[in-house]
Amino acid sequence: MANLAAFAYLVSGILFILALRGLSHPTTSRQANRFGMIGMALAMATTLFIFSPPSGFGGVLLILIGLGIGGSIGATIAKRVPMTSMPQLVAAFHSLVGLAAVFVAAGALYSPEAFDIGVPGAIHTGSIIEMSLGVAIGAVTFTGSVIAFAKLDGRMSGAPILLPSRHMINLGLGAALVLMVTLLISTQWTGWFWLITLAALALGVLLIIPIGGADMPVVISMLNSYSGWAAAGIGFTLGNTALIITGSLVGSSGAILSYIMCKGMNRGFISVILGGFGGDDAGPAASGAGDDRPVKRGSAEDAAFIMQNAGSVIIVPGYGFAVAQAQHALREMGDILKDSGVTVKYAIHPVAGRMPGHMNVLLAEANVPYDEVFELEDINSEFAQADVAYVIGANDVTNPSAKTDPNSPIAGMPVLDVEKAKTVLFVKRSLGAGYAGIENPLFFMDNTMMLLGDAKKMTEDIVKSMD
Amino acid sequence: MSALDELRDAAERAAEATADLARIATEIAANAPEAADAAGHGAAAATGIDPFMFRLAIFALACFVGYYVVWSVTPALHTPLMSVTNAISSVIVVGALVAAGADLDAGATWTTRIFGFLGVILASVNIFGGFLVTERMLAMYKKKD
Repeated sequence: MANLAAFAYLVSGILFILALRGLSHPTTSRQANRFGMIGMALAMATTLFIFSPPSGFGGVLLILIGLGIGGSIGATIAKRVPMTSMPQLVAAFHSLVGLAAVFVAAGALYSPEAFDIGVPGAIHTGSIIEMSLGVAIGAVTFTGSVIAFAKLDGRMSGAPILLPSRHMINLGLGAALVLMVTLLISTQWTGWFWLITLAALALGVLLIIPIGGADMPVVISMLNSYSGWAAAGIGFTLGNTALIITGSLVGSSGAILSYIMCKGMNRGFISVILGGFGGDDAGPAASGAGDDRPVKRGSAEDAAFIMQNAGSVIIVPGYGFAVAQAQHALREMGDILKDSGVTVKYAIHPVAGRMPGHMNVLLAEANVPYDEVFELEDINSEFAQADVAYVIGANDVTNPSAKTDPNSPIAGMPVLDVEKAKTVLFVKRSLGAGYAGIENPLFFMDNTMMLLGDAKKMTEDIVKSMD
Repeated sequence: MSALDELRDAAERAAEATADLARIATEIAANAPEAADAAGHGAAAATGIDPFMFRLAIFALACFVGYYVVWSVTPALHTPLMSVTNAISSVIVVGALVAAGADLDAGATWTTRIFGFLGVILASVNIFGGFLVTERMLAMYKKKD
């Protein structure tokens, strides 16, 4: 029976691998998600019917109630959440995985017999190490994700909170964690377990508060990775193949996404983690050097006229587009343009938005076909041939000073070459700087027309003017 | 003491010896599976490999699989990738299920069951929420018609 269970766990681990593999293309992606669901159902059924059937009516009832409560909350959230809130949702979900890891470890600590890892007061050393790793990473993931959620959801300012000597505090907490793990192993006192949890919870808060709103794509990917490592840690404790495989898949997935996001910003991972970069709003009102330079402003009618007479338009969406929920208006504009014979394409910067792939989901929601949406490296050379670049809610990712000014805070960051288009239509609320607090010389270029206003309102006005 | 008595005495002793023998045989038979099991463990111990090493091997290989698989994910699907990895990492629910259904007669406590129960709730929010929201997102990705 034990072998059958182990085999079934292995199969569900493989199904999870297939679930990620299918995401290589939108056509195979839905089937991939089904593989994931089957894998999960198999893992749960194996646990309930073969590996460790719940004892007595009480156990069964407890599990059914738990699944019922959690499942209905989850299903309701999944149905109702607006696509613009995906970053917050994912952050919130990460926190749940972290906390669940803490609870499972606590369960194992109080009844090690049930998990076959020893008896209370004499848990195997290896299991204790794995368990404390799982609980520490889980607790960091929990509070870290709660902070990330609050920042993304606007419940907390996105501005970095910099405590004095925060690096020393974090190092101290880290050292304390290692010390307490060794004490937990030698004394097996459950108090140490809870002190480890407390220290890790504090560490999670302290690690994320200094990181600014603009760096959230990295943070959210990193927490994704942590939640995986926490699961893998618990997987070692339980000796469960499905958990170990999944934990490592998720851990490496998050790590790769963090790397892609860092590369998209030309920032080192360490410098992002140390924090302090970029706030929620334009920080210190950038140098001011060019404020007196002339800016060409335009109206919705001007923009409509220019685009309808263009041969090709490339649309560049950014975070402001998500905040304004402008995706449906934008697609409508794209449709009218396509009907009048204009080629319309969408250009996505890797760090546009607050999480990896955020813009793609919003465009998909608005029924923009995915084969009209291009990544930075695939479309950047086309701006030179484009008649119009329509920049909506993006700023820093189009800033040419990343290429020209070596002293710019974003120097070296890959940017979209929108300034090469014949005309740049730049939709923006005001002439303020972007998240990184950097002025964008694009505003003052001859071929740029600023469309000042809310992204959604402006796009709707343009659509009206096109009739 | 007659020869007959001696004979009876010897017969009784032989009977006792036979009974003893039978009892030992039964015991050996009863313990045979355990003995075999112990021998098996002995064999595993003899190779000197802790089960931890097998888990570590799975972990290391799965990290590599994850590395290659995730690089092949198209950037357009990075958000669904995050939500689906989130859903599958909730397979941690297996630990919560074991804890919630732990056998009280075998020494488990209600503390464990409550922790398991809370774990089951949290993980199932994630399982249902994660897979369903991924499904919702993926259904939106359409090709040009």
